[in-house]
Amino acid sequence: MDFELGAAAETLRHEVRQFLAKHLTEDVYEQMATTGTYYDAGFAKAMGQRGWIAPGWPQSEGGGGRTWLEQVVLSQELRRAEAPVDGIGTTMLIAETLRIFGTPEQRAALMGPAVRGEVVIALGYSEPDSGSDAAAARTRAMADGGEWVINGEKMFTTLSQVADYVFVLARTNPDAKKHRGLTTFLVPTNTTGFSVSEVKTMGGERTNITTYEDVRIPDNLRVGDVDGGWAVACAALELEHGITYAEDIEQILQVAVRAAAEVGDDGVAPIERASVRARLAQAALETEMSRLLGLRATWMQEQGQRPVAEGSMSKLYSSEAFARVANDLLDIFGPAGSEQGRGLGEHGLAKIEHAYRHAQVTRIYAGTSEIHRSLIAEAGLGLPRTR
Amino acid sequence: MFDLGYSEEQELLVAAFGRVLERECSTEVVRAHEPLGFSDALWTRMVELGGVDMALPEAAGGSGGGFLDAVLVHEVLGAYLAPVPLAETVAAGRLLATLATEPALKLLAGALESGVAMTIAPRPASAGRLRSVPAGAVAGVVVARDADRVVALTAPPAAAGVPNLGALPAADLSLDGGVIEIAAGPAALACFDDAVLEWRALLAALMTGAGQRALAIGVDYTKGRYAFGVPIASFQSIAHRMADAATALDGATLVTRKAGWAIDTAAVQWRPLAQMAFVAGAQAARHVTDEVLHFHGGYGFMQEYDIQLYFRRVKAWALQDGDPAVALEDLADLLWDRLPPTGVA
Repeated sequence: MDFELGAAAETLRHEVRQFLAKHLTEDVYEQMATTGTYYDAGFAKAMGQRGWIAPGWPQSEGGGGRTWLEQVVLSQELRRAEAPVDGIGTTMLIAETLRIFGTPEQRAALMGPAVRGEVVIALGYSEPDSGSDAAAARTRAMADGGEWVINGEKMFTTLSQVADYVFVLARTNPDAKKHRGLTTFLVPTNTTGFSVSEVKTMGGERTNITTYEDVRIPDNLRVGDVDGGWAVACAALELEHGITYAEDIEQILQVAVRAAAEVGDDGVAPIERASVRARLAQAALETEMSRLLGLRATWMQEQGQRPVAEGSMSKLYSSEAFARVANDLLDIFGPAGSEQGRGLGEHGLAKIEHAYRHAQVTRIYAGTSEIHRSLIAEAGLGLPRTR
Repeated sequence: MFDLGYSEEQELLVAAFGRVLERECSTEVVRAHEPLGFSDALWTRMVELGGVDMALPEAAGGSGGGFLDAVLVHEVLGAYLAPVPLAETVAAGRLLATLATEPALKLLAGALESGVAMTIAPRPASAGRLRSVPAGAVAGVVVARDADRVVALTAPPAAAGVPNLGALPAADLSLDGGVIEIAAGPAALACFDDAVLEWRALLAALMTGAGQRALAIGVDYTKGRYAFGVPIASFQSIAHRMADAATALDGATLVTRKAGWAIDTAAVQWRPLAQMAFVAGAQAARHVTDEVLHFHGGYGFMQEYDIQLYFRRVKAWALQDGDPAVALEDLADLLWDRLPPTGVA
């Protein structure tokens, strides 16, 4: 057993920090804060040049040829810096899916641009009436003279305002069983009939509703078999085990520890109080647990195992801990904690206020906590299906 | 490089303890040794298996294994609620080896020779008395703090253990019968504090091990118990709570193993990690036993069912060190008084 990430990974950490200090300018942060768009084309291309968009892919394919531990460190540092990586994440999920299900033409057209940061693909699974139950999608795709005509609505198509494609899960056979009548498509966002309407969120992140009105696309933008879309969508969802919000928790904890050490108006530094120290310590403990659960899932995947329950544990625990800790830390500072700012403020307290709002969505996207609890119960504990 | 796998030696070690406990430490045996919470026969087996000297340096008569080995073995002991004071003995033995004064080494050599159990008193002596010493009712050597000295009681008067929640062999002891001074001064006291932290890391392993077994009991019970025509495990109100308990338990298990590794490698953050392990283990074990007992319905309340043994024992283990809320404050002290405020990397 060994809990060190290793010298090569720590060397990369230093390199990533230097890169981020140079590229994540005040302007980039300002842009993210005002638009709620966590994507920056210039930043994505700079990442691509270093092979950091697909760090685990071979260098011959435009990747970084990095070990799994180097990938962990890269991801830790990107999260710590709150780098605009949302578009990179969804795009690579689909690039990986194309590796499995794409035609040679699709792979040639998209995988290169994806790793270079030249293309953005948004996810179009959720609909106004279906979220966790993604297979209940009602958006319709009908074959018409070698083409497909798509009609419907997709909800929470985050980043579709800057995306080149939306990866759409649509119903192609309404007569087949729910999971057997679905097909996935890459819908170019410049197609006639495609439109984006902004949805503002409590956390400040922008998302969208995308509408498809007689959107006509060629058959070569279909991914996988006709009516075989559920397997494609699941593959994309299964690729990422070991999501953890450990760094997000650590960020607000550090802010809280610094701010709590400042003497308040009552002449006492909050950190001197036992109840405050207990909450800070609990947050440190939950940070560590979040980190280790994430590392375990990633390590298992690296060992050739399929960490279904363990990946869910990492995502579930760390997102729930993030929301819990944000609440506890916000409490410490009373009204001062509730003041909003551009992210840094005097002690950076506004970071905690923002986390208090933002953390709620981490319990919802990438699988709600309830979905993950069911996965843990079924895949991990061997309990019967609960739905 | 990061690796969560057991070494071949660790696999053998854990399997050896597991085999013996499976054979010789059924829950009937655990019950038969309540309320004292000590089995002489099982203790002898632990000594024979090398439980006492596994985490002691060879120079001090040990086998030179690692502390992590002791952590993994204690997970197994916890799963079987083994009524043996091995955590206390290992912590005390390592303290004596670290202090390495003449009386310390003499005591240690004698204890290894005779196979007697040892312990440390986590709270300093007050007015010549040591309150609620873990394993105080059965240990032949008790290492304690008395003002600025580290002292030992040998063959303490057979103190009657006070019946307690977990059926643990704790006892109040008096220093009146005379003590051996082992060491004195700030360095010796710092070693003593470190030994208490090591003991807490082993308690963490006992608690996570017991918690994992309690979870397995819960899985079996809720799959086999039917209500409204279906297994109760198919209700989300049960399955989801079990998933939460399992998750926290795995997190606590990982932190505890990391603490064991950190102690072996003298990693700078070993102290907060050991304390984190203790707090996390106590929280997770208390949580899972509480939930699983409840899922048993009225049966969980019956003495006949094993879950109540786990429910009582894991709470009592944590309480040996004092108020769990203070344990969290102690963690804060380790994180932010003695280390820069960057937390654990």
